Amino acid sequence: MRKVLILGAGTGGSIMANRLRKESRRHGLGFDITVVDPEAQHLYQPGLLFLPFGQTTLEKILKPKRRFIHKSIPIIESPVASLDAAAKQVALANGQTLSYDILIIATGAKVAPEETEGLTGEGWYQNRFDFYTLEGSKRLQEALKNFTGGHLVVNIVDMPIKCPVAPLEFAFLADAYFKRRGLRDKVKISYVTPLDAAFTKPVAAGVFKDILTTKNIELVTEFNTGRVEANQIISWDERTVDFDLLVTIPLHNGADFVKASDIGDDLGFVRVEKETLQNETHPEIFALGDATNVPASKAGSVTHFESETVSDNIVRFVKNQELLKDFDGHSNCFIETGGSKATLIDFSYDIEPLPGKFPYAGLGPLKLLKETRMNHWGKLAFRLIYWHILLPARWLPIGRHCTMKGKYKPS
Amino acid sequence: MATKTLGNKTIEVDEQGYLKNTADWSEELAKLLAADVGIANMEEGHWKVVKYMRERFLKNGDSPSIRTLGKDSGVTTKELYALFPKGPAKLAAYVAGIPKPRGCI
Repeated sequence: MRKVLILGAGTGGSIMANRLRKESRRHGLGFDITVVDPEAQHLYQPGLLFLPFGQTTLEKILKPKRRFIHKSIPIIESPVASLDAAAKQVALANGQTLSYDILIIATGAKVAPEETEGLTGEGWYQNRFDFYTLEGSKRLQEALKNFTGGHLVVNIVDMPIKCPVAPLEFAFLADAYFKRRGLRDKVKISYVTPLDAAFTKPVAAGVFKDILTTKNIELVTEFNTGRVEANQIISWDERTVDFDLLVTIPLHNGADFVKASDIGDDLGFVRVEKETLQNETHPEIFALGDATNVPASKAGSVTHFESETVSDNIVRFVKNQELLKDFDGHSNCFIETGGSKATLIDFSYDIEPLPGKFPYAGLGPLKLLKETRMNHWGKLAFRLIYWHILLPARWLPIGRHCTMKGKYKPS
Repeated sequence: MATKTLGNKTIEVDEQGYLKNTADWSEELAKLLAADVGIANMEEGHWKVVKYMRERFLKNGDSPSIRTLGKDSGVTTKELYALFPKGPAKLAAYVAGIPKPRGCI
């Protein structure tokens, strides 16, 4: 028997548990899998974008974790207190100590609004909200309902963040929302980012900038928020933006127990080799999803592609075979642009988001970096694919590697 | 192989335009790199940050983020933005001859 301990039962942890159970049976590896997670409910995080606009419901985005992990695999409901990587032991907040032969860390990223001076002071959940937590997203729904005019500011405090396109989508959906309510001429919308453009990669940044312009959303770049006062965000270099309603994307951190261990970087993300997803100090530790420090987007699609690499590499690791340098940073995201349209990006460490067709070259049916209804339906359908195909680790027609097939570089 | 010429020096750079071999760094080169990003005079505060970044990089193998710099370098975040306007972590890493910090994904 080999003890496999999975920390986290979100996207990465659930997929890994189901995948490794199958691998263990196929290869006769005798994996004894245990999953640890503090929460009973699995939150479909992309739903947090739609909730503020009343475009989804809690029933659709919140379901018991137990339902998505094979019934033969035990789940312990407790936070992790500490990791002793040298002793190969994890102490839980409930007092239990678990030892492992292989450890998989999939504990995600969390927001830390309290790290920005003044942000969570007076006004928090009154004129300023996040939508990266269920609580914030629900409260923002109320605030938007009561908002009848003024300056709406969407502000990214610092990178890295989960789903780097979500703040853009929020701005696009807010534009559509206020148009629908006949209030768009009374609402000014600004998108304030620490980046030097609307997005990190040049071709996509140009496309998103054009969409922002079309929707009359102001773009403020290289704004590094240092503090928040009554109705103002103030940058470290003393520039200010006034707001009536602030939608903040706070600083992100990894798990505290990671930060406190010898495998974490200074933000608490797990150090892993970016192509094998294995920790280089403790080779029996692997990580995937938002919890890692790899220079890829923190997004569910990335987690899904990584899970295939981690699974193959764990099988190789126990067989004493060389690990595959296999993960290419592949990321794939639908981007809601409002009015029942969406665009789509597909990229990796080496390939930036480019226009073209997806998943089949020439055929599509989805179009990359183009606003289409088909992409919007793709995004909505993805919720069902997520619950029923992705989490149980069933087959999906999207390869783990990013390719140039169907893509072209605009001149 | 990409190279960049600063003053009388030609250096090898990575795909981001940052110094490829950290070992090629010298204080003299740091002054040239600084001038290249608009920092005419390397003052005490600049050196403090740049040296901290190099030390951190040589110890941990990654470039510290702005948040770590503000907490651990001995220079406050506010001063960092005054010393290296707009992108302290990015600019200080460039001058320190270490890779561009991750995070901008």
